[in-house]
Amino acid sequence: MSDPMLEESWALSASVALRPEPFGALAYHFGNRKLTFLKRPELVETVRALEHHDDVRGALVAAGVPSAQHDGFVAALRGLAAADMIRPRGREEESG
Amino acid sequence: MTIAAQRPAGVARPEGGSLVQQFEHGLDAPICLTWELTYACNLECAHCLSSSGRRDPRELSTEQCKAVIDELQRMQVFYVNIGGGEPTIRPDFWELLEYAVDHQVGVKFSTNGVRITPERARFLASTDYVDVQISLDGATAEVNDYVRGPGSYATALRALQNLADAGFGDAKISVVCTRENIGQLDEFKALADRYGATLRLTRLRPSGRGADMWDELHPLPEQQRQLYDWLLAHGENVLTGDSFFHLAAFGEALPGLNLCGAGRVVCLIDPVGDVYACPFAIHDQFHAGNVLADGGFQKVWQTSALFTELRAPQTGGACSSCAFFDSCRGGCMAAKFFTGLPLDGPDPECVQGYGEQTLAQMTLAGERVVPAPSQDHSKTTPTRNQPVMLTLGPTRSAPPVSACAESPLAGWEPTL
Repeated sequence: MSDPMLEESWALSASVALRPEPFGALAYHFGNRKLTFLKRPELVETVRALEHHDDVRGALVAAGVPSAQHDGFVAALRGLAAADMIRPRGREEESG
Repeated sequence: MTIAAQRPAGVARPEGGSLVQQFEHGLDAPICLTWELTYACNLECAHCLSSSGRRDPRELSTEQCKAVIDELQRMQVFYVNIGGGEPTIRPDFWELLEYAVDHQVGVKFSTNGVRITPERARFLASTDYVDVQISLDGATAEVNDYVRGPGSYATALRALQNLADAGFGDAKISVVCTRENIGQLDEFKALADRYGATLRLTRLRPSGRGADMWDELHPLPEQQRQLYDWLLAHGENVLTGDSFFHLAAFGEALPGLNLCGAGRVVCLIDPVGDVYACPFAIHDQFHAGNVLADGGFQKVWQTSALFTELRAPQTGGACSSCAFFDSCRGGCMAAKFFTGLPLDGPDPECVQGYGEQTLAQMTLAGERVVPAPSQDHSKTTPTRNQPVMLTLGPTRSAPPVSACAESPLAGWEPTL
């Protein structure tokens, strides 16, 4: 069974900035001042694509992530969600 | 947006791999940028890493500082560690702090607390993106004032109290670990807890005036072990940056960055705009360029010959055959340089003892040359804030006895 997150709509938190780096990107949360590293360019693409797609699966497809790797990427996205780097769509601006 | 259009062709960066491997090849902008705003200071700490005291007349102007902040914003340097000298005694300090925060450059500043009045503390509590680090090198006045000067403990604690009273959450207490204070780690933690603050421990480096104090102040081998054990037990709630990666050779790696970040993820901008590989390396040898003379900070960070070299794979030299090389990576570049050790040799505080061994051999062979400092902004005449590094020796209750003493009790000292 695939992860339910694949069907959910997410977006980058409003207080997070992405800085491109040779290996991917560095994500900085201006609210909680956490620094996170996105170690794969495809993950950066996915995170940037989130807000333009109805669900996470759409963003993964748009970023060119093969479906066999979706579970691994969802795990990475869950890590980003735990650090408040990404949020469920419609809640990007909430303080937290 | 691509930040770096053209960079010198270095060694090819591995795809994937660990973050540490990626860091070794450098980033497009630093993660941990220290910016010393002034060499002026009200204190004269014996171990000052930047030999601060007097203001440099070439110090960047307010407008030049703002231009640097603009550039940091463009490079997406999300926060900067501001220090000195004592940064808060620059008249434009609060203006620059607000300017940085308004331009998405968060500020963490180090201070001895002299200007953290109740009013300033309330202002700081009202800002986002500002962190305050109060320097304290002893958990008691006796230990702290010995190296930082009389009254400096009281100043630091008053600042912490003002911050706590103003509701400023999570101030940092920044401690340089020395021979005198390693026995006080639990007391430092208690002090931090008392003020709702976080403890930050850093390594003493033989940089600046620290070079003169090194032999007296650097932790003894058994204290290194004590520090390591303490960090293993309490390290999760204590900040250390990349200070103690040389201790990883004791066994398990410590929390924090286990890598020398110099020129890769770390660097320093000094008060006149000179860019150095790390805050502990203010010396011509580690000078990458100047933000005014060399086309701005971004150009220096991304294209300077020194930083390109630091991002190339390092040879371990004498250390590469050591079984612990993978954990300690040869230790701290600045610590080696300022004690006269070769850069590809062991760290002076190598926990396997190779540093002391090499230093002893070099001294014996007359090969040890401690580099002369490139700059010194120390005050030229002593002031009342200067630490007096004298302690009382064993006391005598009576003058020495001469051979002609007639008293039957001559030379007898009552013991209790």
